[in-house]
Amino acid sequence: MDLRYTEAEEAFRHELRAWLGTVLRDVPPEPPRDDWAGRRAWDTAWQRTLYDAGYAGINWPAEYGGRGATPTEHLVFLEETERARAPYVGMNFVGLLHAGPTLIVEASDHQKAHHLPGILRGEHVWCQGFSEPGAGSDLASLRCRAVRDGDDYVISGQKIWTSFAHVADYCELLVRTDPDVPKHRGITWLVLPMDADGIDIRPLRTMEGSTEFCEMFLDEVRVPVANRVGAENDGWRVAMTTLSFERGTAFVSEMLQTMELCGDLAALARTITRGSATAWDDAGLRRDLGRLAAELDALWALTKRNISEATRAGLVGAGGNVFKLAYTDLRHRLGEVALHLLDRAALSIDDVGELPTGRHVQGRIHGLSMTIAAGTTQVQKNIVAERLLGLPKEPPAGGR
Amino acid sequence: MDFWLTEDHEALRDGTRAMLADRFALDDLAALEPSGRPIHAERWLTLAGTGVFSLRTDGLGTREAVIVYEELGRHLVPGPVVGTHLASGLVEGASSGEAIVGVLEPGAEVTIVEHATQVTHLLWFRGDQLVLVDAHRLDVEALPRPLDALSPTARCLTPLDGVGQVIEQGAAVVELRRVGVVLTAALQLGVALGALELATAYAKEREQFGRPIGSFQAVKHLLADMLVAAEVARSAVYAAACALDGAGDGRDAGRAASTAKVMAGHAALLNGRTGIQVHGGMGFTWEVHAQRFWKRAVVLDASFGSSDDHALAIAGAL
Repeated sequence: MDLRYTEAEEAFRHELRAWLGTVLRDVPPEPPRDDWAGRRAWDTAWQRTLYDAGYAGINWPAEYGGRGATPTEHLVFLEETERARAPYVGMNFVGLLHAGPTLIVEASDHQKAHHLPGILRGEHVWCQGFSEPGAGSDLASLRCRAVRDGDDYVISGQKIWTSFAHVADYCELLVRTDPDVPKHRGITWLVLPMDADGIDIRPLRTMEGSTEFCEMFLDEVRVPVANRVGAENDGWRVAMTTLSFERGTAFVSEMLQTMELCGDLAALARTITRGSATAWDDAGLRRDLGRLAAELDALWALTKRNISEATRAGLVGAGGNVFKLAYTDLRHRLGEVALHLLDRAALSIDDVGELPTGRHVQGRIHGLSMTIAAGTTQVQKNIVAERLLGLPKEPPAGGR
Repeated sequence: MDFWLTEDHEALRDGTRAMLADRFALDDLAALEPSGRPIHAERWLTLAGTGVFSLRTDGLGTREAVIVYEELGRHLVPGPVVGTHLASGLVEGASSGEAIVGVLEPGAEVTIVEHATQVTHLLWFRGDQLVLVDAHRLDVEALPRPLDALSPTARCLTPLDGVGQVIEQGAAVVELRRVGVVLTAALQLGVALGALELATAYAKEREQFGRPIGSFQAVKHLLADMLVAAEVARSAVYAAACALDGAGDGRDAGRAASTAKVMAGHAALLNGRTGIQVHGGMGFTWEVHAQRFWKRAVVLDASFGSSDDHALAIAGAL
């Protein structure tokens, strides 16, 4: 039980830090939030830069062009890129962290050779077509239908929460190929080229005012059977392989940003006046922030436990669900302390004059999505209770 | 970096667990409550014999100590196990179990001493001075109904000015108190886990509306909250132990210790009360052990600085 990094890990950090120091000087400023073409170019250019330096696909196996880094090196990579304020994974997210890893495990050699290099080099942006308006927490009830017609599947249906669909090249798509069997057994995983005919994409404006999410409507879209990954009707299992790639690093960048946010909030409280004192003179506020800081430190330690477990056992156990439940709940409470502190300055999503309040308001709004995205807190708690504590499943709806 | 139990740690945990299951069954402990003297002399010597108090002075570290103390907390072992551990090497007989060393925590209005009739000495962390007090020299008045019957309390009547002798001072005292904070947090972690285990077992066996109450999501979510609180606390406690052993991530050891106390204190109190809730009406009875976990959680939160004290200390450095 040792939190110290080894010499090799520190050497990796040192080399990476030196490289970031030189390369970041040439990275242009980040494009505006809703300039999707500009953001695509910016995100993929950074991916290309990583590729040229041998840092692309940091956690991918070397035989598929990745760096084959250990989970701890991946942690160091995220620590250092965050520290240096390097571009975030951005639109490369689905390709690098979802579709790519799935292809590595499940795709044919031809499919791998066709798709993996494009992801690593930042040539192809991927999006994810899993959720549907009627299939959220109960994803396996998805209805987007694919019917075999010769060498093609003909697909009709609707997908939602498809981030970056309007600028993506490919979509990892889950479709219903057999409606007459239990829901998990009639699903197929396909690679959908986003330039196929019959795809209509409409931006979905979030409560943050951003449009990175889309709705995707498919009307008799033809996809070659050769684009299928895994067997027909085996798509649920294929989709779940992504989970086995998680090494405890999923929230590292987020966590580092949140720790900074917490420190910034304390600094802000020292400058905000309340009557004849500052907000920081309020022991209640200090206690709340002290607790949140403690919680963040504890979650940082939990992150390292999860990464250590992944290093030893190959995957993260209970700690992954525990982390998500605790971290996303904390984000609500941190956000509420922030809004309470800002008082009427919270009535603007952007900074008010000289006051650096915007990031706290934006952070609070973002926090509202976090207990929903990637498995709601309520579903996660069921999983924790049933799988980790061994509690009995609830009887199925209908009384049986 | 490898922030996981080693094989030796697992063996230490399993060995401690087996010893405690054998010698400190909860039903046996509860039977000692009416006597007002829950420290069983022979069992205390068993703890000493397995090195519970001396393991750090015997050459092991804080990491090994928290693994053992987590188990002591799970079994609600009564007595000043932290004070006696800190006294090892400083107070004659602490390591062997012949001395039972409590901790004196003076209050602004009133000073409450735990196990006053059974301790031989008290350690008083007074700033950067460590004062040793002969327990027999203190005039105390037992409180007839202690909150936790396994932690009998008395009110100290002797004015504390000039009591005891300074046996250590300086940075070593600050460091030793930090060990006390982290070991108390380890006990709290154990209390949180013990409450969770008891409630989980009950939720699986207790039936209402024709099925185990643990199949209802409302109950499941309570238990999931308990598990999350305990596992987050575990990370904080182990990280603090690493920091005290010089195997930390470079963060301040004082902050790491406070973090452990805040998080483990929260977990113990939350799990204590939620454990009672899961047991329904029976949870409110004296007979069911659920109440004992909550009561110990309250006692431990008031030891070595409350969660609030430590949260404020952390905020001071933000």
